[in-house]
Amino acid sequence: MKEIAIVGYQQSDCVSDAGALNEVELIIPVLERVFEQVGISNAQDVDFVCSGSCDYLQGAAFAFVLGVDALGAVPPIKESHVEMDAAWAFYESILKIRMGHADSALIYGFGKSSPGELPIVLSQQLDPYYLAPQWVDTISLAALQARLMLDQGKITERDMAEVVARSRRNALNNPHAQLKGDVTADEVLAEETYLSPLRKADICPVSDGASAAVICTVEKAQEWGLPYAVITGIDHIIESHNPGMRDLTDSVSTRKAAENAGMGEGKVDVAEFYAPFSHQEIILTRALGLGDDTSINPSGGVLAGNLMMASGLSRIGEVFNRIVRGEADRGLAHTTSGPCLQHNLVAILEKGEAA
Amino acid sequence: MANLAAVVGIGQTSYTTKRDDVSIAGLVREAAVNALDDAGLTFKDIDAVILGKAPDMFEGVIMPEIYLTDALGCNGKPMLRVHTAGSVGGSTALVAASHVQSGTFKRVLTVAFEKQSESNAMWALSNPQPFSTHLNAGAGGYFAPIIREYIRRSGAPDEVGIKVAVKDRLHGARNPLAHLQLPDITMEEVAESFMLWDPIRYLESCPSSDGACAMVIANEELADKASKRPAWIRGVAMRSEPTMYAGREEVNPQAGRDCAADVYAQAGIKDPRQDLDVAEVYVPFSWYEPMWLENLGFAPKGEGWKLTMEGATSLIDGGDIPWNPSGGVLSSNPIGASGMIRFAEAARQVRNDAGDHQVPGAKLALGHAYGGGAQFYAMWVVGSEKS
Repeated sequence: MKEIAIVGYQQSDCVSDAGALNEVELIIPVLERVFEQVGISNAQDVDFVCSGSCDYLQGAAFAFVLGVDALGAVPPIKESHVEMDAAWAFYESILKIRMGHADSALIYGFGKSSPGELPIVLSQQLDPYYLAPQWVDTISLAALQARLMLDQGKITERDMAEVVARSRRNALNNPHAQLKGDVTADEVLAEETYLSPLRKADICPVSDGASAAVICTVEKAQEWGLPYAVITGIDHIIESHNPGMRDLTDSVSTRKAAENAGMGEGKVDVAEFYAPFSHQEIILTRALGLGDDTSINPSGGVLAGNLMMASGLSRIGEVFNRIVRGEADRGLAHTTSGPCLQHNLVAILEKGEAA
Repeated sequence: MANLAAVVGIGQTSYTTKRDDVSIAGLVREAAVNALDDAGLTFKDIDAVILGKAPDMFEGVIMPEIYLTDALGCNGKPMLRVHTAGSVGGSTALVAASHVQSGTFKRVLTVAFEKQSESNAMWALSNPQPFSTHLNAGAGGYFAPIIREYIRRSGAPDEVGIKVAVKDRLHGARNPLAHLQLPDITMEEVAESFMLWDPIRYLESCPSSDGACAMVIANEELADKASKRPAWIRGVAMRSEPTMYAGREEVNPQAGRDCAADVYAQAGIKDPRQDLDVAEVYVPFSWYEPMWLENLGFAPKGEGWKLTMEGATSLIDGGDIPWNPSGGVLSSNPIGASGMIRFAEAARQVRNDAGDHQVPGAKLALGHAYGGGAQFYAMWVVGSEKS
């Protein structure tokens, strides 16, 4: 199968409220930076464009339609959209390149979550007959999951606080992070609980912004003369929607997707998890059996800033950044969708040979 | 080059205003099970599921693939959700095909649906936006001025739209799944129906339907062993352009022309009217038949309406290039599924499995979908043979 590489990644700063900026205004600066990074002028210079967004964040049908205005889609372009995190737009683009209908693709995701009450909005992802009418929000479901883990003795509140403290410290080196600081686990534990057993610090913040990436065949990356990371494997798996039908303290689908993506074929230097809640990072790390020789969420992860519909693509971008900067040879990027880690995607990235 | 892939199973629900006998999950499962039955398969034989629908606000369920995984037998498998506005049913089929054409999967299930009775599509399409002009127009109000401009440019007589409205309903009367069953519809009846958005009359508009459509798409090896004749995918194309830009040609959009040229080149089609046997084209308002006849190269610019008036697009009149023998979007319109229904009906034709609306001997067919402000296009060409 054709080797495919990432050659560009950019994201906006994670901000709690982008104010009067609309979605197109969030996307354009990020696209301009990724075009500059790759040395192209607009979407005309790639063969395919795919994006991820959610109408309910914008509060209108067809959130992505105006996004096309940001692309320079005149003359018309080959373009598609997933109502999912842009990591799945990344997946769709890989299929398009593999089938030989494109050699390069632009992928972007965006979300302006601040105008609504995100946890409540996302409660409407649930089964509309049996779960959504209860308005169980995403934080409450995650709290139930954390409670299960605590009750089974699989984690302690200190373990969760350690995840938060490491995220805040790692985020000190991430210019786009929203929450950062030299925080200790004791300081986290001193906070009162918000939705027991979760403290506010255990929960990712609400952020506005966008991210974008450019991928292409390895030949194209070499032709462009760009540093790149090869996508050596990618897979995603969804589990039952009924939270009572799954072991919420494990992530079987993440493990299986990682296996299918070829995680075991080499060392994992870095892993970026889409873990919106501290205990979920522990679930994911354990599900994959990662140990001390893997740097987990060196960007701070989404606890440091969560660009809904773009955070998954950002995990891939963070691993790419570390590989091209020479900080890692091989890394794993993870994305999730749905309540309590229902649907998970894993991509494996490796250093490409010098052009 | 893309790997060969083919449609090996097709399933649809019946289309009607309100399917209050099934939940949303029940609706999609009905289409999925029908497609699997048609292919002689079960959910166990499926490697991935690709789901499409128009805006989530049509049902009020955000990212419904999360909830529908159980109903679609997808637990433990990849699930992808496509949304490209009205073209989504077609785009979803194309994304599903890419799962197989890329060599990544052997056999996938794709499903598109809309349960419009759960909400009000007009509202969902028109709620005001903080930074944009509020057009409380709905789709008909948006397209009416573009149709008027087509009529002005082409000099087409008023009855063209009426004729399409009658023709597609007579086709639909041959399709037991079609929402509108109007076997006795007349030109007079359409002409006398009330004007909704001048020049679009009530009976020149699509209905609002509940329904779902599903297909099983397999690679060459599995399709060769399929229990029924496969519909080989001979060309796939998508194009998008912005809703508005200076100099945009809205009557005959460039994205549609480019998309058609791309899909025809892949399928070796030089003259679509000559080379294709049948087309299932997204015509939600009657006048879009002559407009798309020109956009898709079946007629020279300004002359699409003549084909309609001659009966060239009518199966019943024995036209040489029947359009929408299933009754089309004018007979059934579960928005998110409508594009996939076009793609699936094109496949039914070349499988010689279209019942009373079969075009005799059809070997090559076009499936077409469009969406947004006539700016998103998805098309495929399917054939009874591999090449």
